[in-house]
Amino acid sequence: MIAKVAQLAMPSVHYLAIAPILVLLGGSLILMFVTAMTRARVSAVVATSVTVVTAVSAFVLAFFQWRDVSIHGSTTTLAHAIALDGFGVLASAAIALGVGLTALVAHDWAHRARVVGAEFHILVLASASGAMMMAQANDLIVIFLGLEILSIGLYVLVAFDRHRSGSAEAALKYFLLGGFASAIFIYGVALTYGGAGSTNLSSIAYFLAHNFILQPGVLVAGLGLMLVGFAFKVAAVPFHVWSPDVYEGAPAPVTGYMASIVKVGAFAAVLRVIFGALTTQSESWRPLVWGLVVLSTLVGAAVALVQRNIKRLLAYSSISQAGFMLLGLWSASPSGVAGTLYYVVTYLPVVIATFAVVTLVGGEGETGHDLDHYRGLARRQPLLGAALAVLLLSQAGAPFTTGFFAKFAVITSAVDAGGSWLAVIAMVAAAIGGFFYVRLVLSLYSDDEGSGVRVAVPRLTGLVVAIGSISAVLFGVWPGPIANLAHHAYLLLP
Amino acid sequence: MQTSLWLSLLLVIPLVGAALIVGLRASDHLARVIGIAAAALELALTVVVALAYRASHTVGSGSTTTVFDFTYRKVLAPSLGVAYDVGVDGISLFLVALTALVILLALVGANESRRTPAFVAWLLVLMTATIGAFATRDMLSFFLFFELTLIPSYFLIAGWGGSQRAAAALKFFVYTLFGSGFLLVGMVYIAVRHQHVFGGDLTFAMSALKETPLSSGVATWIMIGFLIAFGIKSPIFPLHTWSPLAYAEAPIAGSMVLSALLAKLGTYGLLRFAVGLLPQSLDNVRPVVLTLAVIGILYGSGLAAVSKELKKVVAYSSMAQVGFIVLGIFAGSQIATSGAVLLMFNHGVITAGLFLLIGGIERRRGTSTISALSGLQGPAPVLAALFTVVMLASIGLPGLSGFVSELLVLLGSFNAHPWWAVVATTGVIFAALYLLWAYQHVFHGEATGENASIPDATTAERWVLAPIIVLVVVLGVYPAPLLNKINPSTHAIVSHSTPQGVSR
Repeated sequence: MIAKVAQLAMPSVHYLAIAPILVLLGGSLILMFVTAMTRARVSAVVATSVTVVTAVSAFVLAFFQWRDVSIHGSTTTLAHAIALDGFGVLASAAIALGVGLTALVAHDWAHRARVVGAEFHILVLASASGAMMMAQANDLIVIFLGLEILSIGLYVLVAFDRHRSGSAEAALKYFLLGGFASAIFIYGVALTYGGAGSTNLSSIAYFLAHNFILQPGVLVAGLGLMLVGFAFKVAAVPFHVWSPDVYEGAPAPVTGYMASIVKVGAFAAVLRVIFGALTTQSESWRPLVWGLVVLSTLVGAAVALVQRNIKRLLAYSSISQAGFMLLGLWSASPSGVAGTLYYVVTYLPVVIATFAVVTLVGGEGETGHDLDHYRGLARRQPLLGAALAVLLLSQAGAPFTTGFFAKFAVITSAVDAGGSWLAVIAMVAAAIGGFFYVRLVLSLYSDDEGSGVRVAVPRLTGLVVAIGSISAVLFGVWPGPIANLAHHAYLLLP
Repeated sequence: MQTSLWLSLLLVIPLVGAALIVGLRASDHLARVIGIAAAALELALTVVVALAYRASHTVGSGSTTTVFDFTYRKVLAPSLGVAYDVGVDGISLFLVALTALVILLALVGANESRRTPAFVAWLLVLMTATIGAFATRDMLSFFLFFELTLIPSYFLIAGWGGSQRAAAALKFFVYTLFGSGFLLVGMVYIAVRHQHVFGGDLTFAMSALKETPLSSGVATWIMIGFLIAFGIKSPIFPLHTWSPLAYAEAPIAGSMVLSALLAKLGTYGLLRFAVGLLPQSLDNVRPVVLTLAVIGILYGSGLAAVSKELKKVVAYSSMAQVGFIVLGIFAGSQIATSGAVLLMFNHGVITAGLFLLIGGIERRRGTSTISALSGLQGPAPVLAALFTVVMLASIGLPGLSGFVSELLVLLGSFNAHPWWAVVATTGVIFAALYLLWAYQHVFHGEATGENASIPDATTAERWVLAPIIVLVVVLGVYPAPLLNKINPSTHAIVSHSTPQGVSR
């Protein structure tokens, strides 16, 4: 008995591969430790600094990972459960960036919303480590673990605004529906295991490449259920109904965090599972993804038209964006993977910065989310207004913003994969989307100031808004660097 | 071969001007000065470019080489096919010059007193966008600039337009954006196909794309997409429904830009991309497009005749003129194509002049409704005289610029497609009818009420219209300098788009 235990050797660990995840968890542990050990509440400055330093470290580690991958190629570690490949590295770097930006916005927000202590930051760091796990997972179980770590942290974060009942309500809604989605996903994992004999993505792909499944019913059901789980997480129509309510109820910095980091993690995972492992079954899943793309882009854009609340509007816009991101998956090609990766990576700073502005305009108690509050914003505060205009135009896909090249990349991959008509549908949706974004931008420049008031712009939040809007324009004029990174961020393929 | 520095300067100068205005928080006066200085510098540079342009037109082994000058290409993102690629040929050359001229005139003659700095800055941004679209040899860059024009023009209409400006701007924006989706997908399809056939990185260089082998069926689908996109911008019947409202509600500078420049982006796109890249589809779509063009001429003329507002008269007459341009572009003959290019330039000049004059009347009387105006000739003889010259050019009076270009279009298309040309010719007569009608109402007769006391054209107004009058007269008598530079480029397009390589 004892001898048997001794034989259970630890798998070899390639620590660099999991270093960013460990760093995020470590940062979160440090804050937890400090909270437990000190009598007084941890000061906001300490909590924010630790989070930002952690995020920067994880970001810097990604550089080393990238170099390692470009020298030694993609590898797996921890019994092949974690992959170290360019794709995962770029996604992890983006998540680290998202954590840093969110921490800065949350610092100013926490001060105004009378949220004290380090708990907010602990949860952000922990759930981001879940997103990174999803981005690097090479095993369905690890993906599920990552998904749960990400989600459970988020459920709490959504409820964090204790002074507002909407926050708790949204959290409950998110928790219940998220629980269902997780259950559906894990059921899909179980069926996939039944169909392909493994939960390891490489093994699944290998098995499917070398065996012809005569009765793929179980496997198809499995992948269908997993797709539903993912579609719920990225809020793709028809699994989107939770998102406007949760976006509206959650504190604005958390909404920005959800809209960015959850998308990176979930899309990285969905590409790994559906495209990477189940690529041989593409005839089964491509029609499903086709439907998700059409519904998400069109419904998201069309329903956004009639929204009066900025957070709901951005929720529907984010649904429509998710449809575009799925377009890269539908393409089922390396250029599609690169396109979706480029899309989520460039979308992240833009959407966090957008919600940073929403945080400011919403004000204390989040009472200023009506579109009326945005009328004449650019007249009152030219810099803030111009930044928001740029951020919105980038999401609309205006030329010379990153948003354009993101849409362009996935559209190109879809056309390349024979989806010209799907691309046309998506572009029609983009035109509808352009309509409400530009209408909002115009109201920023309206003479009639509505019920808007001047809002104070704290330094850190201002920094985030500046980073988001400058990156939108800079990489919109000069898309080369990020496009090259995404293009060379190969997905580990068995 | 000239250095490309000139074209890059053309793209940068207006942006620098706009940045200065925004960055310095310029006063109304300073903004105007910066704007006019930037536009004047731009115009001077385009004249230098136009004079230095050489069509190095070499015919080797039966194939025509491109006729671009001032070229420069640098790939920015190989995986996406993004490149900075500038160059002008005989077609775009004069459209670039037209852009500089019209925006300068708009800044000088149709300035807005409300929030001047923003107005000037948007016009300058629009200048970069429009010139960028004309002066590129890469279809993706064209698309980017083509889309970019939407944002400043949207803000110009929505910020400084008439009472229904918000609706007009939105309608304009949505129509155009809707169309460009088709353009994007079609363009990407050609590029992807090119990559499949020839390998290498994705590229949107026009010289590469036009070698892409496409079946006639596929080419026709893409052509339909292009026709929708450019047809909305131009506008071609029946995609014109956004235009009357936008033209009428826009501020005068906006109407000038819409009809003189942005409409040309549409027709330029038709010539350069629809005809230039998709010759395989021409036989399928030609009868339909020619018919639509002719309908546009008659329909535009008819509506112009019954319009109650001067701005709408000019808006509908523009639609008729666009019909002529499209007729010339799709006639498939070099004469007609050259005529169409010349007409793009001439119509731009003429329509800018007409809108400037209407702006003058509006400033004096507060309205451009025809029934409220009468007998303006009495108190304002010079204004009336200026209007007469520009209007006659628009009608196509021999000796003025409109005549030459329309004649070339009709001549060229008559050879190949006589019936369409014959019907189109009646459009010329209609133009005389509706413009003279409107003119009679406004300028002849008894000046009553406020009409009797309006001031005549000021010195500033005379100077603003002087270049237009000069261009209208000189190009009416002596269009050769333009045609000599236009012809090699149209020859290149027409010989590529006709299967036997012969041009008629």
